[in-house]
Amino acid sequence: MLSIKEYQTVTNISGPLMMVEMVDQAKYGHIVDIELGDGSIRRGQILQVENDKVLVQVFEGTRGIDVNKSTVRFLARPLELDVSPDILGRVFSGLGEPKDDGPAIIADKRLDINGSPINPYARDYPNEFIQTGISSIDGLNPLVRGQKLPIFSGAGLPHDQVTAQLARQATVLGKGEEFAVVFAAMGITFEAAQFFINDLQDTGAIERAVMFVNLANDPAIERIATPRFALTAAEYLAFELNMHVLVILNDMTNYCEALREISAARKEVPGRRGYPGYLYTDLATVYERAGRIKGKTGSITMVPVLTMPEDDKTHPVPDLTGYITEGQIILSRSLHRKAVSPPVDVLPSLSRLKDKGIGQGKTREDHADLYNQLYAAYARGKESQELATIMGEAALSEEDKKYMTFANEFEARYVSQDYYENRSIETTLDLGWELLSMFENAELKRIDVELIKKYMPKFRKEKSE
Amino acid sequence: MSETRQGRVVKVAGPVVVAEGMAGARMYDVVRVGKLNLIGEIVELNGDLASIQVYEETVGIGPGEPVVDTEAPLSVELGPGLIESIYDGIQRPLNSLVDFEGEFMGRGSSMPGLNREKKWHFKPTVSEATKVAPGNIIGEVQETTLLTHKIMVPAGVNGTIKQIAEGDYTVDEKIGVVAAEDGSETELKLMQKCPVRSARQVRRRLAPNRVLVTGQRVIDTFFPIARGGTACVPGPFGTGKTVVQHQLAKWVDADIVVYVGCGERGNEMTDVLTEFPELKDPHTGEPLMKRSVLIANTSNMPVAAREASVYTGITIAEYFRDMGYTVALMADSTSRWAEAMREISTRLEEMPAEEGYPAYLAARIASFYERAGRVECLGSPERDGALSIIGAVSPPGGDLSDSVVQATLHVVKVFWSLQGRLAYQRHFPAIDWLTSYSFYKQYLKDCFEDKEQGQQMEAMTVKAMGLLEQEAELLEIVRLVGTEALSPADRLSLETARSIREDFLHQNAFHKVDTYTSIEKQYEMLKNILYFHEQSLSAIEAGVETAEIFKLAVREEIARAKYIPQDDIAKVAEIRNTIDEQMKHLQVPNSV
Ligand SMILES: Nc1ncnc2c1ncn2[C@@H]1O[C@H](COP(=O)(O)OP(=O)(O)OP(=O)(O)O)[C@@H](O)[C@H]1O
Ligand SMILES: [Mg+2]
Repeated sequence: MLSIKEYQTVTNISGPLMMVEMVDQAKYGHIVDIELGDGSIRRGQILQVENDKVLVQVFEGTRGIDVNKSTVRFLARPLELDVSPDILGRVFSGLGEPKDDGPAIIADKRLDINGSPINPYARDYPNEFIQTGISSIDGLNPLVRGQKLPIFSGAGLPHDQVTAQLARQATVLGKGEEFAVVFAAMGITFEAAQFFINDLQDTGAIERAVMFVNLANDPAIERIATPRFALTAAEYLAFELNMHVLVILNDMTNYCEALREISAARKEVPGRRGYPGYLYTDLATVYERAGRIKGKTGSITMVPVLTMPEDDKTHPVPDLTGYITEGQIILSRSLHRKAVSPPVDVLPSLSRLKDKGIGQGKTREDHADLYNQLYAAYARGKESQELATIMGEAALSEEDKKYMTFANEFEARYVSQDYYENRSIETTLDLGWELLSMFENAELKRIDVELIKKYMPKFRKEKSE
Repeated sequence: MSETRQGRVVKVAGPVVVAEGMAGARMYDVVRVGKLNLIGEIVELNGDLASIQVYEETVGIGPGEPVVDTEAPLSVELGPGLIESIYDGIQRPLNSLVDFEGEFMGRGSSMPGLNREKKWHFKPTVSEATKVAPGNIIGEVQETTLLTHKIMVPAGVNGTIKQIAEGDYTVDEKIGVVAAEDGSETELKLMQKCPVRSARQVRRRLAPNRVLVTGQRVIDTFFPIARGGTACVPGPFGTGKTVVQHQLAKWVDADIVVYVGCGERGNEMTDVLTEFPELKDPHTGEPLMKRSVLIANTSNMPVAAREASVYTGITIAEYFRDMGYTVALMADSTSRWAEAMREISTRLEEMPAEEGYPAYLAARIASFYERAGRVECLGSPERDGALSIIGAVSPPGGDLSDSVVQATLHVVKVFWSLQGRLAYQRHFPAIDWLTSYSFYKQYLKDCFEDKEQGQQMEAMTVKAMGLLEQEAELLEIVRLVGTEALSPADRLSLETARSIREDFLHQNAFHKVDTYTSIEKQYEMLKNILYFHEQSLSAIEAGVETAEIFKLAVREEIARAKYIPQDDIAKVAEIRNTIDEQMKHLQVPNSV
């Protein structure tokens, strides 16, 4: 057994970092407890060891730590989460300590929060359609079980309402199975966290939820660990207890800022906007934990939320996220102003795993052709909208006018819906057809002629008559 | 055997470990690190200190732990069994690892790249007493229905075949013996080992001279890649780099495909693994998996192994090229490879150049693409092989001034520029027709058996590109003064350009017919569009209203030609009869 060693040899403290010297047998990545002069305890993680010098990042920050009076205990293990089925319904801190009034968790297992990469050969391709009841997602950017699909939002946009609606309504078609929800709050306001938790309470989903909460006034460095705790809980629920888990990580921008703070303190060569060069790899070790595994029933579906500074999609946080996740749902400020809710910016939004999750036997045979056509028509309508703002509507050709009308209708009726309206996939698909019925069939080049005959409202009516 | 060199860890910083007591070790030697026996490679030597990039997660490693020098450079195993394999960045078979460690990756497992139990039937193609040299083909193994694996004499072996015999062998059993002039003997095996960081030898390099047909219309017709050529696909996230790479891996007219998933998504590899065994090669009807080798070092797998993955891939690709095959290697994404280099370099505290990348970034990228090419292979019989490289590049924010994009554009001959704007309109492949380029265009005409057809195709591509360029100019005018200002001929040009974009360039990778278009069908489709344009122009000259022309029903047929199966290709050409038919009935408004 490894014995726990104690040292009082802190030599240097700077920002969130601390140097301890004359340490024997320290291991990279392991954790330490730091006992302050007043008896309080903080937790740290080893970032680098060189001979007997150890560099530690302190999760709760270094304020009040004293070079002379602090004792550092080397725990000889990585950060771990105690798990058992009793974690369901519980609220933990951003460092995995119970935060509600419930009892301590009697651990069945202690799991390293860093997890291990899923062997790509062991993965099962996500292909089960999740009905969220939101047309702009189900119809155009369908989510499938095991996918990671972030929401790119901005300050003041209603991402909290959208995630709450997702958590409330998401079901797998025909199976009616409910999701267990794992929620990681990173640096969000008390109000935002409470909004989500209350919503889970109202629907009773709280019984099947686990929460890790680091609020805006909680220690910032702790946020580096929070999503890893959440994902460790999710992996346990999904791959050991066979549950379907929906993980919501809110807000990843705050997570990245904590990483940036550490990187700056280490005086690393900064990458774009001061974020470390390894941000991509680091984010991947979070996001890639979503998925399905062959031979296991459970799954992890992930919806990270991030706020884009200045609504800029090319900012490193959304940019690198988009490079890792399987698409993105982008919220638009201009739609929000037009009172379109949820203000999903349809064109730059994308679900990359949709193609194998839809179609005959999954949603409906017309789904793929239909969204291709809706996209094409809306893209053209958007161009007309823009042309109209530059030159005035009068300058538009008849064609352009028709497409612009389509775009307006599409935003008002298809994209916009109530936060409590749960549309079935049939409703969403039929609505798409109804909107397309303003075009000549010959214009619907992306749809198979047979499908037009079968699903276009006017033909359907003829048939039923 | 000399006693193995053993040092001690003195420093651990992420994926880089420094060990002391390593005097005498060589650069790029593989070492085993710590009690967990992690695999690493020496990347810097300084006195008795060695800096090591470790191919596995280093959590739990600390000073004092042992470091053992294996005294061999990072190498891959080459031989029967490569095809249909899926490896990590340092050629550990991921399928066997699942059986061994479970669904989550463990640490410290070493597992040979080639299966040691499986027997292969070997047929010699040379007889005893034949003189042989490196690269000589000495026999064959029918590895899959699509691939005859040529067994070659490994590097450094010269002499006379003393013994060789047909039979069933595992990869490390003796299949024969070569006796050198000095009397020393070397055993021949189905397998050879080859270091990954230097290019395999060839007799001579040749210039690429043939198009590698991909079945993707915008690529083959406008920006073709050559056998032995190099191409890059940069673009912001979600614009279709991976889909282009997958489409090429599926449909490219090559004998072997090596697909390197370098720091990208796990599910994308699963997609290949589930799809390729189902898909049929359009030329042979056999499952595509039977010509493919996959390397998967996903974004969450250790970053040092990601750095190695492109070398593992290219060495395997060169090996098949040396058999005289046409090989295509896809690397998705080279930016992640560059970032791995950057991360290691930062940990080594090297002086950074632009964007934190090491100063040798451009040199490494250039020498990677230099490993592509058409070659005269080493050894007899005489044969040519070709290796094409298609690299995806993922620049931050889609900004093409990024160091990796720039370094890549310096060396590659084909540039497929993916645009966010096109992807948002769901115009796929989102390859920008105005900024992309190919230096291999002149070989397109040779793809056609009929010489005249080839020449026509060349002329049509020039014509079509001209219309697309004209469209960009006309749209500027429309934005300023509206459509009214355009002449009927200009309006026609706009419509034809739209038709080229929507009915030809746009290609749905997920549609069962549209996913692949033979070069002959590409010719017919483009011809229809341009024929309609010519006929309409004559009609306009005769005084027909453009609105009447645009209403013709045949336009829908032109648009839907992409969904006509390859077997019915005659129907595509027949559309021109319908054009003639419908044009005849156009009325000229009462001319007084
Ligand atoms: N030829 C195509 N046909 C139909 N859809 C396509 C095509 N190309 C791309 N797409 C769509 O675009 C999506 C994104 O493509 P892809 O995954 O290849 O992007 P990428 O450039 O590799 O992004 P990243 O850099 O994040 O990996 C696909 O999931 C698919 O929905
Ligand atoms: Mg990609």
